[in-house]
Amino acid sequence: MSTTVHTTVAPREISTRPRPSDRLFRAILNVMSYSSLLILTLIGTFLIFRGFETFRDQGFKFITGFEWTSNVVDGVEKGTFGIGAMIIGTLLIAFTAIAIGVPISAMTALYLNFYAPAKAKALLTTILDLMAAFPSILFGLWGYFVLAPMAEYWAKLLYKYFRWIPIFDAPQPAFARSPFIAALVLTVMIIPIVTSVSREVFSQAPLDRIQAAYALGATKWAMIRTVVIPFGASGVVGGAMLGLGRAMGETVAIYMVLNIAFINNLHILYGVGGNVASMIVQKWGESGLVESKALLAAGFVLFMLTLIVNSIANLIVRYAVKSGK
Amino acid sequence: MATNATVVSAMKPTMPWQPTRGDRARSVIRLLISALLTYGIVALTPLKGKLAYFFVFIALSTFITAVDKFRAGGKKAAQDSFVSALALTAGVIVFLPVASILFTTVSRGVKGFHKTLLTDTMAKASITDPISMGGILHAIVGTIMIVLLASIISVPLSIMTALYLTEIKGRASGFIQFLVQAMSGIPSIVAGIFIYAAILVNTALRGSAIIGALALAILMIPTVTRTSQEVLRLIPNDLREAGLALGATQWKTVATIVLPAARSGLVTAFILGVARIAGETAPLLFTIGAADTLNLNPINGANSALPYYTWRTLTGGTPESMQRAWTAILVLLIVVLALFITARSISRRRIS
Repeated sequence: MSTTVHTTVAPREISTRPRPSDRLFRAILNVMSYSSLLILTLIGTFLIFRGFETFRDQGFKFITGFEWTSNVVDGVEKGTFGIGAMIIGTLLIAFTAIAIGVPISAMTALYLNFYAPAKAKALLTTILDLMAAFPSILFGLWGYFVLAPMAEYWAKLLYKYFRWIPIFDAPQPAFARSPFIAALVLTVMIIPIVTSVSREVFSQAPLDRIQAAYALGATKWAMIRTVVIPFGASGVVGGAMLGLGRAMGETVAIYMVLNIAFINNLHILYGVGGNVASMIVQKWGESGLVESKALLAAGFVLFMLTLIVNSIANLIVRYAVKSGK
Repeated sequence: MATNATVVSAMKPTMPWQPTRGDRARSVIRLLISALLTYGIVALTPLKGKLAYFFVFIALSTFITAVDKFRAGGKKAAQDSFVSALALTAGVIVFLPVASILFTTVSRGVKGFHKTLLTDTMAKASITDPISMGGILHAIVGTIMIVLLASIISVPLSIMTALYLTEIKGRASGFIQFLVQAMSGIPSIVAGIFIYAAILVNTALRGSAIIGALALAILMIPTVTRTSQEVLRLIPNDLREAGLALGATQWKTVATIVLPAARSGLVTAFILGVARIAGETAPLLFTIGAADTLNLNPINGANSALPYYTWRTLTGGTPESMQRAWTAILVLLIVVLALFITARSISRRRIS
């Protein structure tokens, strides 16, 4: 006698629904990934919250005004705060640094991608990574003790031979601790980031077109001009803007090499200037309650400025890198 | 069978792209002419110093080479040689400041080393005292505490964000990526005054190591996130699929397969993050108070840190305080270099 056992297999339900542990996992990651949004929002909120009174009292003059005075009248702290001169100084220094640094960075990126022998490439890449890791206070110290004396002499030469160009003119021949020197220190500081972004975009230039150019008998420069530069130019622009964001927010190095004064100075060789970030450090120690609120408001302006520049830069870089894929 | 032997003349390989002996001689002559002219020009004009020699030599040799190439190969060859000279020059220009910074820091900083440098604090010495008094123990301990606390806050957040971007790839990925990049552009001083405005203004808390660590954590998050994201992206999808095929949940796959596989890369990300914040000065000016003595309590009382100590000694203005600044920055540089080399050797081992 044989027994047959009939087992009915219940159809197993197949679902793509994640199990509870996975749902928890995903929920946690989802929430945590918004921490950057939370931090950015908190920064903006707190700075504008603390600086609110300044924005209310000074109005639009806070951005465009050139005066920064604070005094106590009858026990009440009053002040006129306008960071116009400092914003102009920030932009002047940052753009000078970009003007010097971007050509060097772009050429270095070209050298690394197309000219350098393997050993030089490895060495230079290490050096660039190292430069990016140096503390900013080290750049400041070096700038003050080593670069500034040399740069002062270069400034004298520039003044002597090129003072007919308005930007190289100066009201007095005082060249120590000028925006020019600050810009040179910043140049060294932004070279790593601009180079690495440019290099990444250049390296994605389509190989078939490069080889096609060589096959048609192009010299290396002709190949670069016709293939790499049209392809990578937007990447260099993006890298330059990332460098600009870095340059605008730099504090300690600028504070050490620049003679910070509340003067609207457009002569880069002349030894006074300003920068929003270093001004905050300079005024912080002796500021009263009202003035420190104005400084926090200045911090908010700096935050928004760098945020906008960086966001545009990132969009450009993302677009440039994507177009190569 | 062929009987008549054919004479096969062995072709000598020619390498037309290699410079001939004549080319080499020409380039040596060009460099010699440039060197002589450089010497003359620097002697006759107000340019002076080693850098003047360097730049005049570069300009002249570029120009002379271009002219020579123009005679041999016309305009295109001249342009080509000009640009390759410029590219090489840019590489050298990048090299110069780094060499100068390393040389200056080491040569100036070494003079301040003394027996109690790493074992004493500034409790009984002022920054203008002779250099053999006091030490930087408090600053080193402060830096270690602040960096560790900042890592404890930021590394889990960063790795979870990176996991969201690589494992879940949710709808908000693009947006989150954008935010992380925006965060990496926050000026360090803004992080400092934000913590000041958010915590120190309206509470009874005063500056301490943990407050400083909060500010630095903001700066550390984007670096660690982006590096770990790169690392997680390199983990082959086969591993993930194998985990899922064995019936593991996504959580188990990530925890037991993906993360262990990426371990060394995540350590690299952590070290790079530490290197990013170890030298930050500006945020600490607003957040850690000012201490000259050893403070082992991270949540209470003012503290110090190497970059902050450097900043403080710079304000002294005497040769002794400047010497202290150079020595402190040298110690900081050694720390950063050690972190950097460790990170590189770990990531290299992973690749090979």
